[in-house]
Amino acid sequence: MGTLQPQITPEKPGVIFPEIAQIPELFRTCIQCGVCSGSCPMGEVMDFTPRKAAKMIADGRFEEVVSSNTPWLCVACHTCQVRCPSQLLIPDGLFPALRSAVMAEGKPMEQDLQKALQNTYLYGNPMGQSPRKRAEWTATAGVPVPIISQVKRPVEVLWVVECYPSYEPRNQEISRKLARILNALGVDFAVLGHEERCIGDCEWLAGERGLFEMLIERNIEILGKYRFKEILITDPHAYRTLLNIYPRLGGTFRVKHYVQFLAERAGQLKPLLKKKPSAAVTYHDSCCLGRKTGHYDEPRALLQAIPGVNLVEMIQNRESALCCGGGASTIYLDRYIQDRAKDRLADRRVQQAAATEAGILAVACPYEPSRFEDAVKITGNEEKLVVRDIIELLAESMGLE
Amino acid sequence: MNIAVLAKQVPDLVEGVEIDASGKAVDPTSIRYILSEPDDHALEEALLLKERSQARVEVFSLETGEAREALFTALAKGADRAVTVQTGQESVPDSHTTAKLFASVLHASAFDLIFTGVRAIDDLDGSLGGLLAGYLGLPYVGLVRKVETSSDGGTVVVEKEYPGGYAAELEVRLPAVLGVQAAEQPPRYVPVSRLRQVMKAAKVEEETATAEGVEPLAVGRMYKPEEGKGATMLSGGPDEVARQIADILSERHLLR
Repeated sequence: MGTLQPQITPEKPGVIFPEIAQIPELFRTCIQCGVCSGSCPMGEVMDFTPRKAAKMIADGRFEEVVSSNTPWLCVACHTCQVRCPSQLLIPDGLFPALRSAVMAEGKPMEQDLQKALQNTYLYGNPMGQSPRKRAEWTATAGVPVPIISQVKRPVEVLWVVECYPSYEPRNQEISRKLARILNALGVDFAVLGHEERCIGDCEWLAGERGLFEMLIERNIEILGKYRFKEILITDPHAYRTLLNIYPRLGGTFRVKHYVQFLAERAGQLKPLLKKKPSAAVTYHDSCCLGRKTGHYDEPRALLQAIPGVNLVEMIQNRESALCCGGGASTIYLDRYIQDRAKDRLADRRVQQAAATEAGILAVACPYEPSRFEDAVKITGNEEKLVVRDIIELLAESMGLE
Repeated sequence: MNIAVLAKQVPDLVEGVEIDASGKAVDPTSIRYILSEPDDHALEEALLLKERSQARVEVFSLETGEAREALFTALAKGADRAVTVQTGQESVPDSHTTAKLFASVLHASAFDLIFTGVRAIDDLDGSLGGLLAGYLGLPYVGLVRKVETSSDGGTVVVEKEYPGGYAAELEVRLPAVLGVQAAEQPPRYVPVSRLRQVMKAAKVEEETATAEGVEPLAVGRMYKPEEGKGATMLSGGPDEVARQIADILSERHLLR
């Protein structure tokens, strides 16, 4: 299939929390080529595309950009940032700076986003659930899921479960299945339980600098209390931030997303995979596992380890994969975005999956089951397509239902 | 125009609430406190008035629970002064006592408007606004959702909700106490970095209050809602449950 496959660009250094006033200097090397705007899946509905916004800010026209719809329409798919010939930080620098400026003005904010930020401040998760209930999902896992403060010894693997996999019912099912897979592989692991808090990717990219700093301080302190060889993490957004941003702020950990962790154990996993999937499979590269960290091969290797699997690709795959439209806190801005855009990116993506005629849309990001399952219904593909996390497909093949 | 906003700390239900060993009060070690939501709306309405008509906004909280953070948040949002009211009380006082305590502090001050949330989740003996207005001898309007100043400055026009989806505009002589149901817009967001700055730079003042002559509420027994005995739980798949519901309705002659 003739899709564009440029080189993976490694994470670029740069100011993590620029103020809007720093943008003209940081974007001095912008050549106004427009690759960002042309690559942006939201560009056509932005009042000012990223290229134009950068130029206006360089010219001192801050207020026009800050009060436009542009700040809240970036979904942080990172296509622009990966392709930018001047290596500028667009979703990681320009947009958080714009959003911080909107917040600093004290204008009314979208209520779902405000609630998510307030909840994260109070409870360490955007859903507003009690931190004490963070490990409640483990009670019905069917296998032991030890809490690290209770095991009182070093463990091989600390599993940072993250917010959606801990609290959202659809994702809790997936977490239970991963626990069973880890158990079947004999992995010595533990979770943080009530001590775990949001890693803070959403808050950072939403421009809530103080909240991100608060979460980082706390997380580095908690992670520093325990002895483990590596961190296994279920959410790609948190994975990317813990892998690439925390070290620059004083927290260096050996961290792996589950696709990487399980792909490393493929030899051990393969003999346990018995059942053939019920239909052909197409895989959605999430932005954080794909463009942001370059894990294109491990998820595909895991899927291909399942006996009899027929893996087909969507028209936009790997580097050019289309975002689900939920990154950088826009998962809380669905209504705001829908009022301005013609369609939702998740709906467009599901149409691409349906066009492959695969019956299973495989994902590896906790945002996707609910986003794509909604999109499957909205686009009328309920008879044709089911959404399954790679963990679910592995567990099913292993007979760990 | 000078506005006082009374900000109350209430138990955060997200964290769950336990009854203490006496069976008459909430166990203070089981809870954390947050700002009562209607009080957050009262503050927002006061700040909107400040923006529209250069009012001065002062926020008062009883020194119970974790009031200081809510007061710093109010300062970060734009309040001009924040005060913790020292009461000498060990537990959270009831509404009558609270009204008397606030009356003793606000009595001597020249406030044109006193805003409270119209209710709090732990009001046991009536809502604060009406009781306070009684002690201060001022008019009270509850269920307020909008406040406009008038040109002469001696009155305000408030929009008050009534049952059945009705609302009325009332002209209220100042000074007055208003119980706010909801502000005209949702309470504003304070970025955490702004809150942290204010916590370093600003200060929360203290005042002392007394509540003589109030007979406190005596709680006989406090308990969680008890599970009813009459419920029948249906189980099975959707079709089976639907069949059972149809059978039950038909047994009771509710189906034709």
